[in-house]
Amino acid sequence: MKDIAIKVENVKVRYRTVQKRSIKKNLFKLKKSDVEYFEALHGISFELEKGKVLGIVGKNGSGKSTLLKTIAGIFAPDEGTIDLFGNSVSILAIGTGFQKKLTGRENIMLSGILMGFSEEEVKKKMKEIIDFSELKEFIDKPVRTYSSGMYSKLAFSIAAILNTDIMLIDEVLSVGDAKFKKKSYKKVRELIKDENRTVVIVSHSSETVSKLCDTVLWIHEGDLRMIGPTDEVMPLYDEFMS
Amino acid sequence: MKRFFDDVKNYWTYTKYAAKSELKSEVANKHWGWLWWLLDPLLFMIVYSFVAAVVFKKSEQYLAAFIFIGLSCWNFFQNTLKNSVKVVSGNSSIVTKVYIPKYMLVVQEMLINGFKMLISLGFVAIMMVMYRVPLTYRVVYAIPLFLILFVVTFGLSTLALHGGVFIEDLANALNAFLRLLFYFSGVFYSLSKRVPNPYGQILLKCNPVAMIMDGLRSCVLYSSDPDFKWMLIWLCIGLAVSVFGVRTIYKNENTYVKVI
Repeated sequence: MKDIAIKVENVKVRYRTVQKRSIKKNLFKLKKSDVEYFEALHGISFELEKGKVLGIVGKNGSGKSTLLKTIAGIFAPDEGTIDLFGNSVSILAIGTGFQKKLTGRENIMLSGILMGFSEEEVKKKMKEIIDFSELKEFIDKPVRTYSSGMYSKLAFSIAAILNTDIMLIDEVLSVGDAKFKKKSYKKVRELIKDENRTVVIVSHSSETVSKLCDTVLWIHEGDLRMIGPTDEVMPLYDEFMS
Repeated sequence: MKRFFDDVKNYWTYTKYAAKSELKSEVANKHWGWLWWLLDPLLFMIVYSFVAAVVFKKSEQYLAAFIFIGLSCWNFFQNTLKNSVKVVSGNSSIVTKVYIPKYMLVVQEMLINGFKMLISLGFVAIMMVMYRVPLTYRVVYAIPLFLILFVVTFGLSTLALHGGVFIEDLANALNAFLRLLFYFSGVFYSLSKRVPNPYGQILLKCNPVAMIMDGLRSCVLYSSDPDFKWMLIWLCIGLAVSVFGVRTIYKNENTYVKVI
């Protein structure tokens, strides 16, 4: 029996549609405003074997990124469970979070610790991350001074070098200038090839999903429409989208 | 409760490192660096000494140390509470990308402001040597007093964090309230001596920061006991507010990411 890396059971995620309120505007309105709930995921269940590459597809607003963020632990599911069997997890998304006042080096350390690595482990990989990011002396400058390209390069390098057992990739597979794009795409392919790493990719590009993923999960309006081998799901998905 | 202690343990390294980096960046970005952590309360101490001793002619024994103790506690309380209102939106780049228990951002603020308070309390020690303040065993009562300050500040800050996500002008309202509270806390005058009873005693007991400042001055400067009964009451209130605040955050933190 193969090892399971991700087990998602009947996961439901609801958002409370609350607007920011103002004390000034609500001073004399004691009535509590109505809170509406919007269910983004209606009970998703699936299992993913270790080493597999899963592509999540679906139209805009279908709940793909919500599912990814729930697996990453950014949202806790309102119902259901997610078991990662003790595997470390990281998410690679556009504009991965940095503390802008702090330097690139400090942000590498903070991101690494948040990804579950110890200070020593991050220190060991520090040089490799800096070299891969091509930021050179900028690494000791505050992140707020970085261009968007430099910002993405740093984010990508951290996720690519401090690789976790489970990698969640949201729309971004290659970043930066043409040269870095090529390098980062190559790195992603290299990471995906590793049999010990489980990868979940959210993408709108059918071509990318078909090329990189062995399993595809199709979400439609918060429901799991289909899950199966890429060559079975993608033709039906492409037909639906066209 | 178990989840709370597990999370504090798991995210402690991150919080400590983030606070340290934030302090380092403050030093790097200011011309006089860490000196401002000392200069800031020192300059205000001079202003308030002038107001109390020259304008109102109501000086206290060891006035400079008296004011400095008040300012150190007040700045810790005020800055942590004020910053907590904006702490989720201020860290939106982090909280939307990775899970972190949101109250750890309050702990981070407490570490930053606690370090600054430690520096200015070091200055209090120097002043005490200069004044030749006699020290007694009562100095140890400062430890539970600081503990109460931390618990009360943490509890109120968790509520400020939660409210700050949903109420856009909470920061303005809190600023006005804190300004009022500052003058009612006896930072630069003695509430018990200068405000007629029962109002002085009411202000002293109903305001935790005033009670803590007064207790610290009593045990550190004037060799007398703090008000143990009210210390216990405020510790219990602080713990209850903290439990409520942490539970509120756990219950709602899913929504924060969406609101910001």
